[in-house]
Amino acid sequence: MAVTLPRPQAPAAPAQAAPEYGTLPAYHGFVSWLTTVDHKRIGILYGSTAFAFFLLGGLEALMIRIQLATPGSTFVSPDAFNQLFTMHGTTMIFLFVMPMSVAFFNYIVPLQIGAPDVAFPRLNAFSYWTFLFGGIFMNLSYFFDGMPDGGWFGYAPLTTIQFSPSHRIDFWMLSLQILGVASLAGAFNFLVTIINMRAPGMSLMRMPVFTWNTLITSFLLVFAFPAITVALILLMFDRLYGTNFYYAPNGGDPLLWQHLFWIFGHPEVYILILPAMGMVSEILPVFSKKPLFGYPFVVYATVAIGFIGFGVWSHHMFTTGLGPIANSFFAASTMLIAVPTGVKIFNWMGTMYGGAIRFTTPMLFAIGFVSMFTIGGLTGVMHAIVPVDMQHQDSYFVVAHFHYVLFGGAFFGIMGGIYFWWSKFTGRMLDEKLGKWVFWLVFAGFNLTFGPMHFLGVDGMPRRVYTYGANQGWSGWFGMDWLGWNMVVTIGAFIIMVGMLIFIYSAFKALRGPKDAPTDPWDGATLEWSLPSPPPVYNFAVAPVVRSRDAFWAWKRRPQAVEAGENVATLQVGGHTVGHAEFEEEHPSEEYLAQERNAYYADPATFHIPNPSFFPIIAAFGLTCLAAGMIFGYALSIAGFLYLIVAIGGWAMEPTS
Amino acid sequence: MSIAHDVHSAPAPAHGGGHGDHHGPGPLDGKWSAPVGHALPTSTGLDNRKLLMWLFLASDCMFFGSLIGTFMVYKGRSTVGPSPHEIFDIPYTSVSAFVLLMSSLTMVLALAAIQRNDQPRLRIWLITTALLGSVFIGGQYYEFTTFYSENLTLQHSLFGSSLFTLTGFHGAHVTIGIFWLLYMTAMSWTGRLNSEQPLFIEIAGLYWHFVDIVWIVIFTVVYLLP
Repeated sequence: MAVTLPRPQAPAAPAQAAPEYGTLPAYHGFVSWLTTVDHKRIGILYGSTAFAFFLLGGLEALMIRIQLATPGSTFVSPDAFNQLFTMHGTTMIFLFVMPMSVAFFNYIVPLQIGAPDVAFPRLNAFSYWTFLFGGIFMNLSYFFDGMPDGGWFGYAPLTTIQFSPSHRIDFWMLSLQILGVASLAGAFNFLVTIINMRAPGMSLMRMPVFTWNTLITSFLLVFAFPAITVALILLMFDRLYGTNFYYAPNGGDPLLWQHLFWIFGHPEVYILILPAMGMVSEILPVFSKKPLFGYPFVVYATVAIGFIGFGVWSHHMFTTGLGPIANSFFAASTMLIAVPTGVKIFNWMGTMYGGAIRFTTPMLFAIGFVSMFTIGGLTGVMHAIVPVDMQHQDSYFVVAHFHYVLFGGAFFGIMGGIYFWWSKFTGRMLDEKLGKWVFWLVFAGFNLTFGPMHFLGVDGMPRRVYTYGANQGWSGWFGMDWLGWNMVVTIGAFIIMVGMLIFIYSAFKALRGPKDAPTDPWDGATLEWSLPSPPPVYNFAVAPVVRSRDAFWAWKRRPQAVEAGENVATLQVGGHTVGHAEFEEEHPSEEYLAQERNAYYADPATFHIPNPSFFPIIAAFGLTCLAAGMIFGYALSIAGFLYLIVAIGGWAMEPTS
Repeated sequence: MSIAHDVHSAPAPAHGGGHGDHHGPGPLDGKWSAPVGHALPTSTGLDNRKLLMWLFLASDCMFFGSLIGTFMVYKGRSTVGPSPHEIFDIPYTSVSAFVLLMSSLTMVLALAAIQRNDQPRLRIWLITTALLGSVFIGGQYYEFTTFYSENLTLQHSLFGSSLFTLTGFHGAHVTIGIFWLLYMTAMSWTGRLNSEQPLFIEIAGLYWHFVDIVWIVIFTVVYLLP
């Protein structure tokens, strides 16, 4: 039964004392975006940049699909095809899903934990600019030697100088290093923010689940990225300085790359999916009007996924001949990691069970996430079985599997998050009617695109081939060469495109409309919904004191509960109780409150707003020049290095607030 | 007792203070502010910058772990010599390792000095630490030169590649540490460490001790293990 609550009007914001800036002038217009250190603006920059890269990666996907729609197609050359699938994978992973998740971390996490900003605002800006320059640098390769063509996994020795003598791989490895710096800087920042900047009363077990997922994702980044950093450094030394790490004639072992890459690469897939899981864990309770079912289980399952995620990497390498003991271990650990994931899926279903479900666009995407991710998860468990994996290796079945978890999972989660928090980001609501069109088109297109890939894969169609013959059984329905599963897949891809074009239209339409989004359009459970849409630059004028999980739900219903003499706020729809929000401290003493207040009270006239700064963008540019010099000549490296040193010096000297 | 579900009846989600709420405190109590130049109070009581350094070091553990792992995997797999026992001079490297370990002691003394706000002593110990670090780096430079003269180069064999990469990255860490210590010394000289807590020295010290500990592992794994 769908119950739609009336949307409340935004309450008139109480008169605020104007926030006082620090000692530096506040910039305006374009310059204010270059120098911003506000986590909300950086979140918007991250989100829009990542979306632009998504369009690029999507364009590459469409070109791949046009090429593969019919047998023997000559739409692109084999060489171009290699570049397309490499850049499609690299772009979607490093330039879209990761930074898009970081956009949500940036905008939402400080609001959810009641913080004024992230712990290191300038480091946050540095992280964004480094990501932007790294992404641009990677794509600049198009104008020089062509785009990288070694696959997103860049297996050595294919990527060594002997087999890839052009600069394509240099662009790839150097920009991945730059992007790694951006990811690590961001991860450190969010870890410190979440550990150290929670509002009074926001204990770890009262934290919103999205914040929990951000925390675990950041830990994964911190521990997983050094492995690929080292793998890329070794590759760089092999390519530039003639070392022997991946050079077999001198004893180098290609498996070293695979191990180092997948020690990073498998935690990476959880880095991609956990943020989306967090978003879904926020959306489902709100639109079921029930607190998340089994909150501690969801949290511990997330932690467990984080730990086990470091012990499964070799299941990407079953066909390399690691031997039965290693294969058995990694088969077992891979099956084990399905357990906490399954726990989460049952918790999401338990959340919806008996709830008063409202089928809004974010809810549809969240339900789409749960169902599609389950399919992708099941094919994942199939790959834990070594002989099955050996059959599926390098076939389209694997492509189907990881698109069900990354598109059906991460992307659906992100789309749900965009629809859910759009009003908070922009102060405007997205059109619900168009939103439903977007969902159903993308959902149908997605299943048409990636569902038949299961059949093609089991039928023997290999990955990364630029074409196939008419007689290979992957086309030729009703005696027509051009018709077959490959054509269906391509049609599906174009349906996704139509859905996304409607989304873009809807987004622009909303942005041109009036800024009239209510503060709390969905009856939200977490603190970000207590702030105006969009929130003021300083977020909370006063630190919120948190007394329970689902803090804002509890607060909205607290007066009635207190009147009734209860310490439980009841979530009701139409007189029907669907959930409770508990207060863990019913009547804090006045003394306690005064103490709590004093701890956070310093100077009523001064809000803590960090200064804008030019140094993050300068430092990021210096770092990029340092890396680019490895291709364009060391003079550029030296200039970039000096630039970086100057920026760090200025950064250290500059007053922060 | 039933409670109306309609959010209209809930109190306005005020931002800017819930003090008018006679039922008790709203969620918005306590100021988010601190005097200019002072950090906000933190949830753990640990300074943000110190926590950042701990997390960075955790990440750096994985970095060195991967490099050391690479070295271990390639041990004894070179196709050409010289082999480790032919070129290592254990007594020589032991001395330079000892010098680096002693620099941890002087680093602790530097921290003790700033905790007493004894600026001259602080500078003496910082410079001593930097000096000991430089002796180590000088020793490494001499060692690398010797290896090169004995035909072990970065390109020559797998052993050369993995040895120079691993110890080279450690040396780079020490070098950055030396510049950091000198920068701290300059800050003390110009009086900018006065009002600040010992925190800056503590953080630099964390990094310095970490680099020392990594060398203990590298020295054991690379030089001592047969």
